[in-house]
Amino acid sequence: MMRMPWFRWHAPKSVAEAATILADEGPQAMLIAGGTDLVPNMKRRHQEPAALVALRGLGELKRIANGAGLTLGAGLTLAEVVESRSVRENYRALYHAAAQVATPQLRNMGTLGGNVCLDTRCTYYNQSYEWRKAIDFCMKKDGETCWVATASKRCVAVSSTDTAPALIALGAKVRLVSAEGTRELDLADLYANDGMEYLTRRPDEILTEIALPAASGWKSAYWKLRRRGSFDFPVLGVAAAVRAAPDGTVEDARIVLGAVASRPILTKAGELLAGKRLTDEVIEEVAAKVASRAKPMDNTDLEIYWRKEVVPAFVGYALREARGDDMRATRMRIARQAL
Amino acid sequence: MNAPEKPLKTRFDTVGKPRRRVDGRAKTIGQQRFADDLALPRMLHAKLARSPHAHAAIESVDVSRAQAHRGVHLVLTGADFPIPYGIMPVSQDEYPLARERVRFVGDPVAAVIAVDEQTAAEALDLIEVKYRPLPTIASPEEGLAKPEPRIHDYGEQGNIHRNQAYEFGDVEEALARSDHVFEDLFFYEGNTHLPLEQQASLASIEGDGKLLLQTSTQNPHYLHRQLGRVLQMPTAHIRVMAIANGGGFGGKCDPGNHEFVVSKAALVLGRPVKICLTREEVFYQHRGRHPVLMKFRTGVTKDGRLTAMHLQTLLDGGAYGSHGPASTFYTGVLTPVSYELPRFKFEACRVFTNKPACGPKRGHGTPQPRFGQEVQLDKIAHALGLDPAEMRLKMLTKPDSLTASWLRIGSTGLGECIEKAVEMSGWKARRGKLGPGRGLGLACSAYMCGAGVSIYWNKLPHSAVQLLLDRSGQVTVYCGATEIGQGSDDVLAGLTAEALGIDPVSVRVVTGDTGITPIDLGSYSSRVTIMMGNAALQAAARVRDLLANAAAEALDTLPDRIAFSQERVFAVEDAAKSMSFVEAVAAAEAKFGTIASVGSYAPPKPPGKFKGAGVGPSPAYSFTACVLETEVDPATGWVTVPKIWIAHDIGRALNPVLARGQVIGSVYMGLGEALMEEQAFRRLPPKLSSALVHRNPSMLDYKSLTHMDMPEVEVALIEDPDPNCPYGAKEAGQGPLLPVMPALANAIHDAVGVRIDEVPITPDKVLAALAKKAKGEVPRVGPERFPAVPYPEPTFVLPPWEGGDGNELKGRKAA
Repeated sequence: MMRMPWFRWHAPKSVAEAATILADEGPQAMLIAGGTDLVPNMKRRHQEPAALVALRGLGELKRIANGAGLTLGAGLTLAEVVESRSVRENYRALYHAAAQVATPQLRNMGTLGGNVCLDTRCTYYNQSYEWRKAIDFCMKKDGETCWVATASKRCVAVSSTDTAPALIALGAKVRLVSAEGTRELDLADLYANDGMEYLTRRPDEILTEIALPAASGWKSAYWKLRRRGSFDFPVLGVAAAVRAAPDGTVEDARIVLGAVASRPILTKAGELLAGKRLTDEVIEEVAAKVASRAKPMDNTDLEIYWRKEVVPAFVGYALREARGDDMRATRMRIARQAL
Repeated sequence: MNAPEKPLKTRFDTVGKPRRRVDGRAKTIGQQRFADDLALPRMLHAKLARSPHAHAAIESVDVSRAQAHRGVHLVLTGADFPIPYGIMPVSQDEYPLARERVRFVGDPVAAVIAVDEQTAAEALDLIEVKYRPLPTIASPEEGLAKPEPRIHDYGEQGNIHRNQAYEFGDVEEALARSDHVFEDLFFYEGNTHLPLEQQASLASIEGDGKLLLQTSTQNPHYLHRQLGRVLQMPTAHIRVMAIANGGGFGGKCDPGNHEFVVSKAALVLGRPVKICLTREEVFYQHRGRHPVLMKFRTGVTKDGRLTAMHLQTLLDGGAYGSHGPASTFYTGVLTPVSYELPRFKFEACRVFTNKPACGPKRGHGTPQPRFGQEVQLDKIAHALGLDPAEMRLKMLTKPDSLTASWLRIGSTGLGECIEKAVEMSGWKARRGKLGPGRGLGLACSAYMCGAGVSIYWNKLPHSAVQLLLDRSGQVTVYCGATEIGQGSDDVLAGLTAEALGIDPVSVRVVTGDTGITPIDLGSYSSRVTIMMGNAALQAAARVRDLLANAAAEALDTLPDRIAFSQERVFAVEDAAKSMSFVEAVAAAEAKFGTIASVGSYAPPKPPGKFKGAGVGPSPAYSFTACVLETEVDPATGWVTVPKIWIAHDIGRALNPVLARGQVIGSVYMGLGEALMEEQAFRRLPPKLSSALVHRNPSMLDYKSLTHMDMPEVEVALIEDPDPNCPYGAKEAGQGPLLPVMPALANAIHDAVGVRIDEVPITPDKVLAALAKKAKGEVPRVGPERFPAVPYPEPTFVLPPWEGGDGNELKGRKAA
């Protein structure tokens, strides 16, 4: 089998202790929670941290708090997020997203924080060391060139998190803790459109929780495009959240696209939809406009032009579901599960 | 030896009854030990250093740093292996470790044997190989256009490995006389086996000094021969044990580089040496489905009967010969088996490319032309306004007939299969009436039950069985056949038990061990049930005669009046005259001494006598019909398959649970090929890089169906016992895969009126075809051209009905 490189292992008893260790170890240390992203990456020598700081087993990262909104500990497994009644009932987009990450086994191990911080992906990067040697490596790791776009000055690896588009559509904020202190920011601001430096998180910071605002009046949905009904990362994610007046007039809306850039794309759907009703015509018009923001590259599964062509259809699915349509039959065909 | 045993009885205790397979318990509870589960004291671990170049000359290999690495015991290179190997005698073109040339990314060049896997992996990076990169060839079209540099210095010419042509009757003349001639191009992308078990091998030296290799192989006998050749040892000093395979599907038929490496290392070091390939390495070992470009020119009468067919194929062989010579034949030879085809011309060419070698995968060479043939038939039916099922039913090959190409068809249940699939699916009432975006497609297939000729030329049995009984009533059956998950151990136990009137769990099965078991050629070509089964029935009949003789004496009756059933031996006329099976064995042992017997089987001689007539003949052919329902989203091209109905002519289902499992497993694999599986490669921009790499060598990125993607499958087993087969049982492991891909293509046409003439059928292709349809263009996605291939002059043979005698007609066509 593929083997891990050597590393030091820390198992702190608290977030504070983890933050101290992280500060002491410096940027050569990495955090590990479920390990479902990091361990295979280490086997392929994408990351070769000198030390790992384990967050697994820290009870303070596993809290779920209902208040004005919902606060989720970053250490909750994706399976725990899926099983949360508040998430299922009030934050449908997050439920749809978390339930479609990878496989049941990986959702039992992988955490919400891990999925939010998921390394960007690329078919030239997510390969073994030996494979990458055969292409003389790439810009993201050990090489110079971006083989997806050889003229590109930056890495175009793809943001492949399912939960982040959903959380951004739901207005999430995140808390980052370091030995220096604590800061909060909009989740959308955690990301940068750069396949290598895709997070604005500093290496000494720990993502501890994700806070969602009150869901009253909002309806949301997440639609994922991938080849199969399980296992695959998204090649397109569409999260839609809509707040409408009793007569159906949209008061506020967010549509976030995933897996079509190095970060989730928060679109201008709010401006486009405000004051309108979600008629079929409006959905079609907005879907076409929103879709123009999707700039897929040839570095994921499925054909690049086709992936761009189907964006409006997926935006339409998400908006129709947020409008209240029964989308179960379509969902069965696309996702192979009713959700 | 050729004549199979007469059916021993007509009423069965075991045969036909659904029951738990004999190895089911161990596999279900995790007790089954696979090769990677094996460990021995003082065992060392091997890793292979592989080429990062798709094509390069090796200028030097320096292993000194690796050799000096702490924990490393041995480093092997090509210099340690002067003798080449290859599964087929005509393609001995591989070395365990490359000597002068590497031919694809992943070609092994050196091996490190170390105290553990981690240490061996670390030392790989210390091996310094100087390469001189050479131009690469990525496709057969490119290989035809660039004869130089040659990937191998043997073959037909340039980079053509195999090139052949056969013509059975004057095809151009028949096409000219036809009411219609349909010409279609198809492409079938390559794909790989993806067994759950990665290849693993453990070599050790036994107490008597002989080499023991325990390994995941489908063909211990062929591997055994190749080990003797490469290691320059008498094969009697080598023992190969095929450890229960966690899936093979053809991927473990070829001897693997790693098997020679650990064997050599164990001989050098005197310590056990183990290797387990990573998943990525399994993609490089490959030997999977050849990518094949096909051109069909088919003549039909106005009522839809075939008049003649001219089939041309072009195979992407990858970097080595592997089973390629056979694969090349199989892209055509089974084409005439399902429908009456008065004349047939078949040209095939296999080209070397700088990619992992292609070889046999479930259906070996046949799924590709079957896809083209069955999609073209659907087009013909539509063009002529015929029901595709009715059209097929009117031109089925007849039982006990010869094809134009001199294959003898014995039993055939294809008509019944079509009728059953039509009935189960509601074809007549539902086809074309399912509403927008929904459709039904039908396709059929035929496959062989065992290759009629061995891979190396000989006149010896293809399978042999030894039975040993003792006074405790223990029945042990020995056979070289290899359990790869298909259930061959259960078939062996079931047949032996049926013949002796005992329970299958009373039979101890010992298989796949060249040190103990009589030779069986291996688990390939759907040959095991028929060949091993016939050998087992012969062996069982021989011990039964001994038991009947002794029992008759004790029961005061005649031996031919003795019956065996339910663990008892009794007189047919008077069941009160009986003894237990154990008592009968003891009586026979007292009378004759130790009770043992052997049985063996070789297939009938093929009727064709021309050179090349050895590929295609089989003791029997299985037939399958499949109807598939699909839903296509016109906005995205997204394809959903809610249900598949499949009827398979199995002759007789020995264990219906197992048979159904094989059929459903075939559907699963076929649907994966139809929808998504691709062993695809990529080049980088040529100005910047000469790389030619596998696109997706991992289980995540190489897409095959998950449990979530598998539709409901309704299976019907059509049972018309074949006299050449044990109790009439034909194959079920490969044939049912073949109709699934064309059934999907045909269903998509029924749903949205577009033709996807290539596999896999992905949503982008469907959407592209729908866009063409909307613009009024030909609503089709598929290959646009077939290159000029320098096929040789065909071997011309007259069909049986044109006065042929099965020999080549020299001097070309009759007037």
